[in-house]
Amino acid sequence: MTRADAFGFLLAFVARLITGAQGHWKGCPPKAEQRIYFANHQSHFDWVLIWAALPSELRASTRPIAARDYWTATPFKHWITREVFHAVYVSRQRTDEQDPLEPLIDALTHGDSLVIFPEGTRSAKPEPLPFKSGLYHLAMQFPQIQLIPAWIDNVQRVMPKGEVVPVPILCTVTFGAPLARIEGEDKREFLERARDAVLAQRPAVA
Amino acid sequence: MGLRTLSVNEQVALLFVIMFGVLVLAWVIWFALSLRDMGEAAQQRHGRFARDLRAVWIGAMLFWFAWMSGPVGATLLFGIVSFLALREFITLMHTRRGDHRGLLLAFFVVLPLQFVLAGGRWFDLFTVFIPVYVFLAIPVVSALAGDPGRFLERNAKIQWGIMVCVYGLSHAPALLILEFPGYAGRGAFLLFFLVIVTASAQIAQEAASRWLRTRPAARHIDRSFSARAWWLGVASAALIGGAMYWVTPFKPLQALALAALAAGAGTLGELVMRALKRDAGVASWGHASALTGAVGLLDRIAPLAFSAPIFFHLTRWYFDV
Repeated sequence: MTRADAFGFLLAFVARLITGAQGHWKGCPPKAEQRIYFANHQSHFDWVLIWAALPSELRASTRPIAARDYWTATPFKHWITREVFHAVYVSRQRTDEQDPLEPLIDALTHGDSLVIFPEGTRSAKPEPLPFKSGLYHLAMQFPQIQLIPAWIDNVQRVMPKGEVVPVPILCTVTFGAPLARIEGEDKREFLERARDAVLAQRPAVA
Repeated sequence: MGLRTLSVNEQVALLFVIMFGVLVLAWVIWFALSLRDMGEAAQQRHGRFARDLRAVWIGAMLFWFAWMSGPVGATLLFGIVSFLALREFITLMHTRRGDHRGLLLAFFVVLPLQFVLAGGRWFDLFTVFIPVYVFLAIPVVSALAGDPGRFLERNAKIQWGIMVCVYGLSHAPALLILEFPGYAGRGAFLLFFLVIVTASAQIAQEAASRWLRTRPAARHIDRSFSARAWWLGVASAALIGGAMYWVTPFKPLQALALAALAAGAGTLGELVMRALKRDAGVASWGHASALTGAVGLLDRIAPLAFSAPIFFHLTRWYFDV
């Protein structure tokens, strides 16, 4: 076991201890096939939660997306995103010659699964923000890859924006049925449908 | 059989052999029954029994590990249980941003300290630490967060969670390691006595309310709780406790009285917890969306969290230990 593996193991254990990190596979089983998971985004903890909810054999091939300027700023940040999470780095500054989706396309071509947060930023509102179009472009370019909607529940209470130590509160990740592509659907309709699919996984409030 | 002539260790070993023997027997009976054809209702009852039996097994294993691993291990084990219970409790309470620091204090400072106090047998501070010192510390931290909205309600919820899940449960390892003169090394029996008495009161009360079908005392909180069923539960627990006096340092009548008090506290505590669940709008603790539909940890241990402190205090006060 390498140092990165051990650290990942420890991190998943801590995430489970703090949040339970229960994965509810309602619409699909956890399977080793290529997938794009897309979920609501409320906290930095979201990615760790999804990652801890995955069976350990899927963790290595399921990769998050990290902003290059922030996550390579210090050696530790760089190490944890590269070695532990195998993150796909994207740059936030748009340049003319490079498509911002290119690193993601590379990863998908390589056969990896991705986790993306199509809102683009963390939101404190109960309902997710409108989705950005990246998900649509990836879905059209890779029609054979399953699109799995997921809802992360309760995590904003674990670590509100600006806090660093998480409070132990139970969280769940609910995975829904794969989102189908509909022939002739335009971008706006697709993104709205994707957002509805994420919202549909939200557990009913008692 | 000459139980008194056995050494302490042999007596404790016998206790565990009997306990696990009974559990194995229950499991064998359950398995034999599951081979028969059953109707829908019987099948449901069968499934519920299996779930309860599994919980008892887990409890028995926990008890055994706690005993095997000595004061430090026992404290640590019950500390973990307390952590998981408090996590369930806080999950269902609507906390706000301003509670973050207070919750961190509760989980990562108060909880470990209380169990260290229990493990170190500093019982004087152990008894007042949460009701006196933490009672002030949590609202201070909360006030410093600067959010006056629902201030009393939020702090009351956190203090309540700590009282039940940390303070109440920390008395279980304290009982295990409480030193009675002339009763050294037999703390397991004391905790065993308490658990048996509390659990049998619950079972007897449940059975009595089904059999009597009396009017519930508080229909909107608990349909099966009635005064007469409660008295029957307490009375049967007292009889069982009295019959078990020989495992404890008590005389028969003392055992009877302590059993009645602990059982009464446990069943009333359960009523209170049920009211809390009704308030939060859930059927059981644990995660509201749990697919398994299993009941939470807190449902299992809540009666103990109420009976243990009372039992512990009465024992120490009356016997001056």
